[in-house]
Amino acid sequence: MEITINGSTTALPQDPRVSLLDFLREGLHLFGTKKGCDQGACGACTVLVDGERILSCLALAVQFEGRDVVTIEGLSAAGTAGGEGLHPLQQAFIGCDGFQCGYCTPGQICSAVGMVAEAKRGSPSHVTADLAAAVTLTRNEIQERMSGNLCRCGAHNGIIDAIQQVLSAEVLS
Amino acid sequence: MTPFRFARAADTADALRLAAGPASAYLGGGTNLVDLMRETVATPGSLVDVTGLSNTVSPTESGGLLIGAALRNTALAEHPAVRARYPVLSRAILAGASAQIRNMATVGGNLLQRTRCAYFYDAEGARCNKRAPGSGCDALEGFSRYHAILGASPACVATQPSDMCVALAALGAIVHVQGAGGARTLPFTELHRLPGDTPEIDTVLAPGDLITAIELPPLPFATNSAYRKVRDRASYAFALVSVAAALEVEDGRVRDVRIAFGGVAHKPWRALTAEAALRGGPADGPAFHAAAAAELADAQPLRDNGFKIELVKRTLVAVLGDLGGAVA
Amino acid sequence: MSIIDSAKNAAQGLVQGALGKLVPLAPDSWIPGGLPDPLIARKHGLIGTPVSRLDGPLKVQGAARFSAEVAPAGMVYVALAYATIPRGRIATLDTQAAEAAPGVVRVMTHRNAPRMKPPAVFGSSPTAAGPSDLPILQDDRIHWNGQPIAAVIAETQEQADHARSLIHVTYEAGPSTTSFAGAKANGAQIGRFMGQPLRNEIGDAEAELAGAAHRVDHTYRTPRHSHNAIEPHAATIVWEGDMLTIHDTTQMVTAEARTIADVFDLKPEQVRVISPYVGGGFGGKGLWDHQIIGAAAAKLVGRPVRITLSREGVYRVIGGRTLSEQRVAIGATADGHFKAIIHTGTAAMTPHNAMPEPFIFATRSGYAADSFKLSVETVKMNMLANTFMRAPGEAIGTFALESAIDELAAELGMDPIALRIRNEPDKDPISGLPFSSRHIVEAWRSGAQRFGWDQRAPEPGTRREGEWLIGMGCATGTYPYHRMPGAAARITLTRDAKAIVEIAAHEMGMGTSTTTAMVAGERLGLPLDRIEIRYGDSIIPGAIMAGGSQQTAAIGAAVIAAHNALVAELLKLAGNESPLAGLSVDEVGSEGGALVRLDDPACRETYQSILARAQRDTVAAAEQASMPVEAMHWSMHSYSAIFCEVRVSAITGETRVSRILGAFDCGRILNPQTARSQFRGGIIMGLGMALMEETLFDERNGRVMNANLSEYHLPVHLDIPEIDVMWTDIADPHTPMGAHGIGEIGITGVAAAVANAVYNATGKRIRDLPITLDKLL
Repeated sequence: MEITINGSTTALPQDPRVSLLDFLREGLHLFGTKKGCDQGACGACTVLVDGERILSCLALAVQFEGRDVVTIEGLSAAGTAGGEGLHPLQQAFIGCDGFQCGYCTPGQICSAVGMVAEAKRGSPSHVTADLAAAVTLTRNEIQERMSGNLCRCGAHNGIIDAIQQVLSAEVLS
Repeated sequence: MTPFRFARAADTADALRLAAGPASAYLGGGTNLVDLMRETVATPGSLVDVTGLSNTVSPTESGGLLIGAALRNTALAEHPAVRARYPVLSRAILAGASAQIRNMATVGGNLLQRTRCAYFYDAEGARCNKRAPGSGCDALEGFSRYHAILGASPACVATQPSDMCVALAALGAIVHVQGAGGARTLPFTELHRLPGDTPEIDTVLAPGDLITAIELPPLPFATNSAYRKVRDRASYAFALVSVAAALEVEDGRVRDVRIAFGGVAHKPWRALTAEAALRGGPADGPAFHAAAAAELADAQPLRDNGFKIELVKRTLVAVLGDLGGAVA
Repeated sequence: MSIIDSAKNAAQGLVQGALGKLVPLAPDSWIPGGLPDPLIARKHGLIGTPVSRLDGPLKVQGAARFSAEVAPAGMVYVALAYATIPRGRIATLDTQAAEAAPGVVRVMTHRNAPRMKPPAVFGSSPTAAGPSDLPILQDDRIHWNGQPIAAVIAETQEQADHARSLIHVTYEAGPSTTSFAGAKANGAQIGRFMGQPLRNEIGDAEAELAGAAHRVDHTYRTPRHSHNAIEPHAATIVWEGDMLTIHDTTQMVTAEARTIADVFDLKPEQVRVISPYVGGGFGGKGLWDHQIIGAAAAKLVGRPVRITLSREGVYRVIGGRTLSEQRVAIGATADGHFKAIIHTGTAAMTPHNAMPEPFIFATRSGYAADSFKLSVETVKMNMLANTFMRAPGEAIGTFALESAIDELAAELGMDPIALRIRNEPDKDPISGLPFSSRHIVEAWRSGAQRFGWDQRAPEPGTRREGEWLIGMGCATGTYPYHRMPGAAARITLTRDAKAIVEIAAHEMGMGTSTTTAMVAGERLGLPLDRIEIRYGDSIIPGAIMAGGSQQTAAIGAAVIAAHNALVAELLKLAGNESPLAGLSVDEVGSEGGALVRLDDPACRETYQSILARAQRDTVAAAEQASMPVEAMHWSMHSYSAIFCEVRVSAITGETRVSRILGAFDCGRILNPQTARSQFRGGIIMGLGMALMEETLFDERNGRVMNANLSEYHLPVHLDIPEIDVMWTDIADPHTPMGAHGIGEIGITGVAAAVANAVYNATGKRIRDLPITLDKLL
């Protein structure tokens, strides 16, 4: 019963009640993934499993045997060639002031990474006008797709700005 | 969370075997069940993880689609055949929850999600006949904004919260079930039940029954279908009301129509009365209004939800108008 | 008057008396009789330039350690059980099954909890931080539905949570009041805020209203709100002998440590509260029952304890903003001159707390009028103690007042901005004090131009695109300048020209640590990378609560005082061989890492040189800020002009805010990058309040029924348009740096601006928040 977290393989917890979130935080002391509501209603616990964003608070850790989990701690290392420094999204969140208290931030960033991947494979959203057309990540689209991540400080504009900035940089390169 | 045993099913037979004991529950994405277990509303003694079972989408002989129950909601919403042929289903799924939750939730699990009634959720502080049969219903005279206006009973006024199910009701989907007695199918609209005196029972499934697939029958005019959800914020909120509809208009008259409502009843509400009123008649505003009024004739408001009667009528008229009827 | 009120008044009287005596002795140059803070004149330094948060890299990597992310060896976890009746006694409490459950260390109830004093209620003394004066787990009495009645202590959180569900309790219900109507029927009392009655009368406002050519007179209602910081309340607590350390998420490290010391009969130095990061506060992160229960549990089992409230627990234990019913009546002449302003009403509170929602504050200094009648009455309900939430008073008071002004403008056929400017006061209409800095008219004019206010259709319900009705609305926001006594700072200068600035302040995301570094760097003449800010720790001298938007001013004043003391120390160290020999503190300043003669900048000596000659590695100075006498000489406030455009579906009644602009007049802006976020954040909370937020309190039994983030709706990304903010940037000459705190002003006025825009779009006037679609069908 093993799971891969940020590239390292580790044993799953014995108690099946342990959520993936609590396993990360209390079991592995990976505190970057945050517990906001533990009810699947705020998005602070968002992590990437096999590249897809999910809520780790509603995930029982034992369900994820053999899966590959990336948390905010794994994102920094993945972000640059040397494995040091920040992921471009992390950098953009700082530059655009895409957070205040910083508590929802890891979830927002992991969610944005997953969101971009979904859009790249053409997954539509609630606000996509034409289900048959290719997806363009307009501001409205990003807002809808990020709506599962609450922010109480009110950094919404900065968060969307940061995501747009990274996306436009990708297009330019 | 009460302690439980956990097992992962390798196939359908394995799942049925593992879930044979009492107090077993199937676990899909966990987006509802894990929450309910944490609230001690659900206390299964064993969980059988069925996320490894069929998650494919394949054509049926009749020209429909067969969808494995373990398919994730996101995958169903973005499937090219669903987007092209049953857009109402994609739309309904995409209107529900958040992307993270849709990535986790399975099709089978979505069908079996339980009500969001606050009194149902409050295991320690509230009375609820659905959670504790015979204890009473605190919602009847309590907060009832999200509660039923159709088909409720004095025992229970809860609503079924799924968006996807509203589309499935409109499309006339078929549920494939594997039970102790073998495989069977049933019309989707017969899966969920009205509360009556036994609101603790959400569906007609027997203990141990496993939903294995959803079948979408061929419905060519479903290419002209839509889902409109009305809620208290722009996204990531349960429906106050929602309307799923498919409309076929020929020479200004309704050749065929499918309508279902969400947020109004203990089950996804297939609006058969409105459909019957519309079929063969003019596809225009007055006809839509009349059909909506006929469907809502028996609506019973509670303290906080009387507005839904007018809201669902207006939403239906708007959706039908968008689908090609002329709104006068 | 209750015992609490008497004690509170006495304490407040002492403070006021002391302040009054101090006025003529005012020692600092920006307060009465002196010159403005010299930093105001510096235009090309750090202040005013956008600086990214210094703690940003930590936060975006999830590496900032919050209070539930400290994990001492041997730690156990706590889960709380809550009462389900509003008032009465515990009849039976069976914890046997819970104690026998796997992993359970102890179950703590009133029967076995350590004996503790009730916390001193907030306001009863300068260091009191208690939510109420109720005892915690000391007896069998129940005071609110949701009160903690037992704490399960177990090896894992899962085990504690499960065992909690095995506790069986029965109650003997007592008489209770859980409906607002019932509470009103029981009788009201005049509210007292910090000892002062919430009542002002000038002239005969009722008679003036009755005789006025034009008048509006309506009742506005606002519901309960919850702060809902995304970080739930959590503390990690360790006893080492008689030393108690609490890693907490709090807005008041010092007062919390003092209050907890009293609760456990300890000396102040025996309790340390550490809170380097607060995952959102908004008034809700203070001292509540859970820290005390956690400390008691840690004492009982002799092990470190982590107590994290579940989201439901946050709703059961942490109070929010109370509900209100407000009458606003304005009488005016035909040309819009206000003859009378009446703003009265009722807010609910509990028999045991000290927070009457002071919704008349904004009205006290908002507009000129011939007569005023203002009052807040309170009624008592058996519920969780209500508390401060972002702009307590002003947030909901401006909804009522600024809606009424819009109603009057419609009645008069006047532009609502013109009506406001028409009644602009030249001094504080209630206190008679001059304004320290009031440029609201400039904010109105520049804001109106940028927003395109002239595009607003004066006639409601006349703009439509498809199904969407479009309207524009505006409102004034306002929040006072506060600076509380007790702030201090310690500055340590090192030989390598680095400064460590220590303040007992808090970083909840306002950008305080960054802005403090900017201001300290500017004042000390050091670049940002030579400044280290230490904060959020009760062992730092002084007390700086993150409340009342006062941190910036309080820190600023403390740093001024400590800087003066540091300069004196440096001059002493410099001695006779220094080019500065013989100069006094008033004759030198800090610049470029050196002390500089003010009238001859060429005459200077670097800090490094002074310390080297004196053979010192460091020099330090700690000093208290001056008393906040400025607020006794001037009426001091921040202002905003809020402009909003909404789209309301003619089919469903759904409201979407399509544009919003805040034009702020808040003194000098220190860090535009973090200030913009503060303004936007306040506006967004205001949008939530306007359109969707309500804590659902079941009046049958006093239970909160949406104790979660699914059914308590916060705005999501799709609800929030790009928010435009601008500011006058006019320094207030009577404050440190010319700045005002800006944490709360943003929320004020927003709900009224939205309601007024909804009226302009639809012709429907909504006087009950939130403006949900059912009210517009």
